[in-house]
Amino acid sequence: MSMTIASSVDEVLAAMAAGAQPIAGGTDLVVGARAGKAPLPEVLVAVDRVPELATVEVGDTSTRIGSGVTHAQLMEDVAVVHRFTAIADAAALVGSPATRNVGTLGGNVMNGSPAMDTGAPLVVLGAEAELTTTNGSRRVSMNELWVGPGRTSAAADEFCTALVIPNPPAASGSAYVRLEYRRAMEIAVVGAAAAVTLDGDSIASVRVALTAVAPTILEVAGLDALVGTSYHEPEMELVATAAGEQATPISDLRASDAYRRHTIGVMARRAVEAAVRRAQGEQISVPVNRALGIGAAS
Amino acid sequence: MSLVNLRVNGVTYPVDIEMGRNLSGVLRSEVGLTGTKEGCDDCECGACMVLLDGQPINSCSYLAAQAADREITTVEGLANGDEMHPLQRNILAAGGVQCGFCTPGMLMSADALLDRNPDPSDEEIKIGLSGNLCRCTGYARIIQAVRATAVELNVSP
Repeated sequence: MSMTIASSVDEVLAAMAAGAQPIAGGTDLVVGARAGKAPLPEVLVAVDRVPELATVEVGDTSTRIGSGVTHAQLMEDVAVVHRFTAIADAAALVGSPATRNVGTLGGNVMNGSPAMDTGAPLVVLGAEAELTTTNGSRRVSMNELWVGPGRTSAAADEFCTALVIPNPPAASGSAYVRLEYRRAMEIAVVGAAAAVTLDGDSIASVRVALTAVAPTILEVAGLDALVGTSYHEPEMELVATAAGEQATPISDLRASDAYRRHTIGVMARRAVEAAVRRAQGEQISVPVNRALGIGAAS
Repeated sequence: MSLVNLRVNGVTYPVDIEMGRNLSGVLRSEVGLTGTKEGCDDCECGACMVLLDGQPINSCSYLAAQAADREITTVEGLANGDEMHPLQRNILAAGGVQCGFCTPGMLMSADALLDRNPDPSDEEIKIGLSGNLCRCTGYARIIQAVRATAVELNVSP
């Protein structure tokens, strides 16, 4: 096998046009290869030394998070923590410090696991993936990108250069929570992200997306009924019910489908509650799981 | 096979390796530094923890070629000649070493933690050491050793 170490996006794209597959921190690719899941690709291009991929750029209307930004960067980046807090919540829960130091947002997105922690936050925040080849770029919504467990709609030569997210209006907040059995090196049993914008005492908009309860990250439909309402009972019950009804979880060694279907409602409701509190201006530190005692006890 | 320059504990080692080799294997076999351990080989246990440009990584699941020309620090790089690093001295004094297999990885995570946060709370120590499994000590004495080292380094920088 061979590997090129790229120092620019152009080098990455040229290598991929010639058939190379990208590797960043290797936390999925190398771990999978050593576990016998899939051999390492014959031709690799290392993308972790491309400075232009490792930046967060706040623009007038949207923010561009480079695909090479690591989870360790995401959980501490001021712009991400303030504007896109759910992403920081998620990044802070991934793996261990060692995983977060080398694992990247682009890697998490393109690996396409339905249990990925950054996926539900990206969906509720309205992110688009920027896919680039030597011929130019296109943007796709997250739901267009993920087509099944571990599968994306990106062509083999398309490289995810960035995630582009609209800047949220005032009085907005977001949060990601997950059910977990331990506090490190964990994969979500189920998880939920919420993004909320308030208009005075009522909800102006709300989006909720779910982790590990469907073949891809699943956005909860039918929450328009919440718009214009206050955020107390029975609105919160509607969130939990809708999440539980729309989830199509599997049973595996981590949890039964029935358990996932019940707990996803609890998580969805807690995500909305935390997002509302942040939208009201309350400072809930990252990650919500630790700040509010959700998930595994210490 | 390709020639790759690995810079380990300040010394450059040119190694001729397959591009798919993992860093822990190359450190142990080609470089000859066996302090770094291979435990789970699955990015779970932390026995293989080394620092790459000062940040902990699981070297079992990191390609050696991706570490070329960067600063790698292994447990052998902690001591100052014959003098143990305070973390090494304190983990021995606290009884934080039993079988010892996790110790090199624990030390590297702890060293990176104290570098970033010289006065960590117990909760911050636990987060800093997460991803490093120990099946002997129950962790309490390891945490105690990190806390003692922080106090020592802050008193006499």
